[in-house]
Amino acid sequence: MPEITYREAVTRALREALKDPRVFMMGEDIGAYGGPYAVTKGFLHEYGEGRIKDTPISESVIVGAGIGAALAGLRPIVEIMTINFTLLAMDQIVNHAAKLRYMSGGQFSVPLVVRTVTGGGAQLAATHSQNFEGWYAHVPGLKVVVPATPYDALGLFRSVMEEQDPVIFVEHIRLYSTRGPVPDELYTVPLGKAEVKREGSDLTLVAYSRMVHVALAAAQQLEQEGINAEVVDLRTLRPLDAATVVASVRKTHRALVVEEDWLTGGFGAEVASRIQEGAFDHLDAPVGRVGGVEVPMPYASNLEEAAIPSPERVVRRAKELMGA
Amino acid sequence: MKAVERATKEQLREYLWQMLLIRTFEERSSEQYMQGKIRGFLHLYIGEEAIAVGAIAALQPQDYIVTHYRDHGHALARGMDPKAVMAELFGKATGCSKGRGGSMHLFDASRNFMGGYAIVGGQLPIAVGLALAAKYKGTDQVALCFFGDGALNEGEFHEAMNLASLWKLPVVFFLENNLYGMGTSIDRSFAGGRQVYRAAEHYKMPAREIDGMDVLEVHQAAKEVVEWVRQGNGPYFLEARTYRFRGHSMADSGEYRKQVEEEAWEHRDPVVTFRGLLLEERVLTEEEVAGMEAQAEAVVEEAIRFADESPVPSLETLEQDVYARP
Repeated sequence: MPEITYREAVTRALREALKDPRVFMMGEDIGAYGGPYAVTKGFLHEYGEGRIKDTPISESVIVGAGIGAALAGLRPIVEIMTINFTLLAMDQIVNHAAKLRYMSGGQFSVPLVVRTVTGGGAQLAATHSQNFEGWYAHVPGLKVVVPATPYDALGLFRSVMEEQDPVIFVEHIRLYSTRGPVPDELYTVPLGKAEVKREGSDLTLVAYSRMVHVALAAAQQLEQEGINAEVVDLRTLRPLDAATVVASVRKTHRALVVEEDWLTGGFGAEVASRIQEGAFDHLDAPVGRVGGVEVPMPYASNLEEAAIPSPERVVRRAKELMGA
Repeated sequence: MKAVERATKEQLREYLWQMLLIRTFEERSSEQYMQGKIRGFLHLYIGEEAIAVGAIAALQPQDYIVTHYRDHGHALARGMDPKAVMAELFGKATGCSKGRGGSMHLFDASRNFMGGYAIVGGQLPIAVGLALAAKYKGTDQVALCFFGDGALNEGEFHEAMNLASLWKLPVVFFLENNLYGMGTSIDRSFAGGRQVYRAAEHYKMPAREIDGMDVLEVHQAAKEVVEWVRQGNGPYFLEARTYRFRGHSMADSGEYRKQVEEEAWEHRDPVVTFRGLLLEERVLTEEEVAGMEAQAEAVVEEAIRFADESPVPSLETLEQDVYARP
């Protein structure tokens, strides 16, 4: 199977989406500049400025105009350069996009895709290294998609374009250059279906986005110590496939939730809660969590590295849960 | 030619009818609120009727309306059924939003009435998007966006004005300047002075100020502006000076306004003035006007009866329509 990068997978997904004349893109520097992460490089030339729209730095109207265009029957894909900047569009995302179907008694749909970039690890410091996807997953009416691999990025995006509801599609800054197998044949990955990335029998590591790779690396290290970890990739936060997680934990009897976000009020707490609701009698240890250190992200490389969950931290915590 | 001579008798009669309907609807809504039939926030449009009626009469059916939470007047002027609007205020299943939205969130897809929006300024970016879609699809639709003076100081106002002008989108930004954002006077909240329409200059957007208490002046301006925007000239900013005769919402004690100011505006009551004009110009007789007033009472009474007798939403609907697919 051919290997492509995560960036190339998103680019391919967007090109496919743009075959639909109702689809257009808006965002900051997606056109002439080529996209802040080069995902849309060449798009302006290829599709023209009618469909690839460079906007002012105006996150609220980018999303709001996307909502309006979606209400009017188009399929806008808007890009907010990073998830940190989505805070400037939060009114549009949370108060409007997420509400309009319900509040209008089902009269309106908002088939809007908001693409954005999450995560730390690029030495961009506190205002540019956050993980707010869990905040959006809190909101009924939104769907939150968090691919960890090129395969999922493409397959999930294809499903996203079939949605009639607003979707926050969250790419990870540290994943763009990672590679993975992606078939040439058409496939889709449904929303709301977690994937067991690695089978194991001793404990379940639950993760999403880049933390899937951290969990997989941890599982490899654990294997050398005789601990056989299963790794579950959530792939979407809302809808959340708790059933797959619970089934895994019922099998392994131990769970460790790994997230890049801060733990307090974080999405991992929701996952932990679902596990204890669904597998309480099967647990041989409390549900564990590993998350980002609760500080605004520091710039210095060594501090930043210490703040983000590493395979070593996951291994340490896993061994504690194993009583080892 | 006098403004009144530019319209047909049927048009003039229709404007007065809509204004009477809105006034009556709002007065009776106020009563229903006092009786506990309507709960939550209720923002009355009394005093501002000339704007919704004059402006919306300038639209075509394919045009879009987005507005703020003081939205009953716009809904009725767009031809929404008073029964469905009142039922929505009552939180009934037969409401125009199935009882999900209440007074501040009226919707009617069949009339491109894209909603009342209750976050100040939140509807402006959405209007820009509706207009963007019209331009993208090559239709000649116009998005008419109502907002109050409180929205002027929101970032979304700036973002929406800028983008609409930059991309020459068919939006009419219609400021209903009633001089107060909730209880705060525009003089204490907006640094740009009283000539608010000049805020549009910064965006190279044409703008003008009109008398929001005069339905004919509002309509004439809206007609010119809507057609100008429809021709692809880009957005336009209209500022209508007006005044709400009641509080911001039913919870308002009204202590922040001076009685002399209130009386001066009430003296210019748009419904009373227009009724007087049509009588003076012999467009309608006293009997005809009295008949219309009685008719408005009857329609609203029927709306109240309908709302009262309608069922509340079934609990089975609680979780419907969050997503397209359950």
